[in-house]
Amino acid sequence: MGQITLKQVTKSFGNVEVIPSLDLEIGDGEFTVFVGPSGCGKSTLLRLIAGLEDISSGQILIDGQDATSVPPAKRGLAMVFQSYALYPHMSVRKNIAFPLRMAKLHKAEQDRRVEQAAAVLNLTDYLDRRPGQLSGGQRQRVAIGRAIVREPSAFLFDEPLSNLDAALRVGMRLEISELHERLKTTMIYVTHDQVEAMTMADKIVVLRAGNIEQVGSPLELYKNPRNQFVAGFIGSPKMNFIQGEEAAKYGAHTIGIRPEHIAVSETDGTWSGIVSVSEHLGSDTFFHIHDTGLADTITVRAGGEIGFRHGDRIHMTPREDVIHKFNENGLRFT
Amino acid sequence: MARAVTTNRKMINTAVAWLIGLLIFFPILWTILTSFKTEAQAIADPPIFLFFDWTLENYSVVQERSDYMRFLWNSIFLAGGSTILGLIIAVPAAWSMAFVPSKRTKDILLWMLSTKMLPAVGVLYPIYLLFIQLGLLDSRIGLTIVLMLINLPIIVWMLYTYFKEIPGEILEAARMDGAGLKEELLYILTPMAIPGIASTMLLNFILAWNEAFWTLNLTAVNAAPLTAFIASYSSPEGLFFAKLSAASTMAIAPILILGWFSQKQLVRGLTFGAVK
Repeated sequence: MGQITLKQVTKSFGNVEVIPSLDLEIGDGEFTVFVGPSGCGKSTLLRLIAGLEDISSGQILIDGQDATSVPPAKRGLAMVFQSYALYPHMSVRKNIAFPLRMAKLHKAEQDRRVEQAAAVLNLTDYLDRRPGQLSGGQRQRVAIGRAIVREPSAFLFDEPLSNLDAALRVGMRLEISELHERLKTTMIYVTHDQVEAMTMADKIVVLRAGNIEQVGSPLELYKNPRNQFVAGFIGSPKMNFIQGEEAAKYGAHTIGIRPEHIAVSETDGTWSGIVSVSEHLGSDTFFHIHDTGLADTITVRAGGEIGFRHGDRIHMTPREDVIHKFNENGLRFT
Repeated sequence: MARAVTTNRKMINTAVAWLIGLLIFFPILWTILTSFKTEAQAIADPPIFLFFDWTLENYSVVQERSDYMRFLWNSIFLAGGSTILGLIIAVPAAWSMAFVPSKRTKDILLWMLSTKMLPAVGVLYPIYLLFIQLGLLDSRIGLTIVLMLINLPIIVWMLYTYFKEIPGEILEAARMDGAGLKEELLYILTPMAIPGIASTMLLNFILAWNEAFWTLNLTAVNAAPLTAFIASYSSPEGLFFAKLSAASTMAIAPILILGWFSQKQLVRGLTFGAVK
């Protein structure tokens, strides 16, 4: 079981209110991602759930039990930190066994669980090494191992991949997703990387300045963002926003169109501009287009074989059915 | 661009370093040399440096006249006891200041250090009276407590600096893993801070070993350590320099040897945190 409920939770540091009143329901077995720009309170929120910070008011329920004043160790949650936070003076084996040792499990049971976790995470050959002798990815796996052995009711991940290089990050992302598939345990994952959020989450919670902007599945947020902030934050490259006359044609203050929803042509289209930068990824090409009279830059995602160059004139046609309309408060309407 | 260090430059640096080293070490060297001279040679004018009749007579006289082992044992007891006692108090104190600081933590640290600026003689009278009242005069326990107290600010400061270097996330991880305060201190913080704790212990041991003011004023016979042993050789009948030197050499020998073997640890400890 691992159902977590936040009821009117607030957090202030001195006079600074980091989290104004917030309600959230995280279902058992769900992979929930907290995403938002840095300083949005996502890590604080995770630490409140973990019990590493005390909430200023409100209530935290874990499996229906009030856990507000329960110390971190007794909440039955396990956490993986950004810096891995391994114990440098202990071998990998002892690191993974530490929570079991604290729980005063039998030595034999400790060994069994450590071996099992090590096998799952491909760490068997490294059990007798110290964290200092491991690579970043291996360290992160040890940190995950230390979390798994406790068989917690939920895992908390605090930007666990941001210290890894890009290639490793993709690999670990898959491993964590697979782990979730296998364990079916509730996971709460904090990241500022919307790609991680989109690829891993069952449910994304978009935060800004301590407020929940929207909660939903990745595709829900992608297709139906509640406001301009969510629309801009989810999706890569970012959604294009156009104001003024062009928006007024659609009866909106601002319209938003995703780069993949604009078709390009050499000869004709609704809009036109000059290619400033073209990024060829092989499978796709991103064109950054200037002098459109719409916005500073319009980004378009086109097929990999389309070969406009810097300085070329390009014509664009948006897909009308996926244009998002926002009012002057940034709220989306249809 | 890195500064070009020429061979000449290196030689000059080495020479200067040796010169400063010798200058600092000279009083100790002179004491050791004098301890092997006769009383007459010890006060000869001009002083004799190396070419004298080497003798062990002073050592045998000193050994005969006083019970060196008893003083040595007292020194070990006082230095060791005050160090251990100090650590027991300082580890939790430094922990709380490093990891759960309050608004006033910095002030408290400074205030603690400021007590080291107080001239010891200023509190001699009250402490002496307290010792009489409590029957602690000339007792090892009493003196251990005083030595611990005067060095406590330094121990707390040093440990505080070491603990500050330990990432808070590791302690939080321990807390998530189910460690209580005791386990956190015992299994995580202390083992991680062992290099720091070792050099703190070492420094404190040396400071306590060399402490003369309190050890001389609060002891007579029973608790007298090696500092009192040295002092007993400056008698009203006159100074016996050679014997005084022999006594001094015997008194500083253990700590000198300890310092020699642990100098790496000591230097690392004292410069810890200075460079990231």
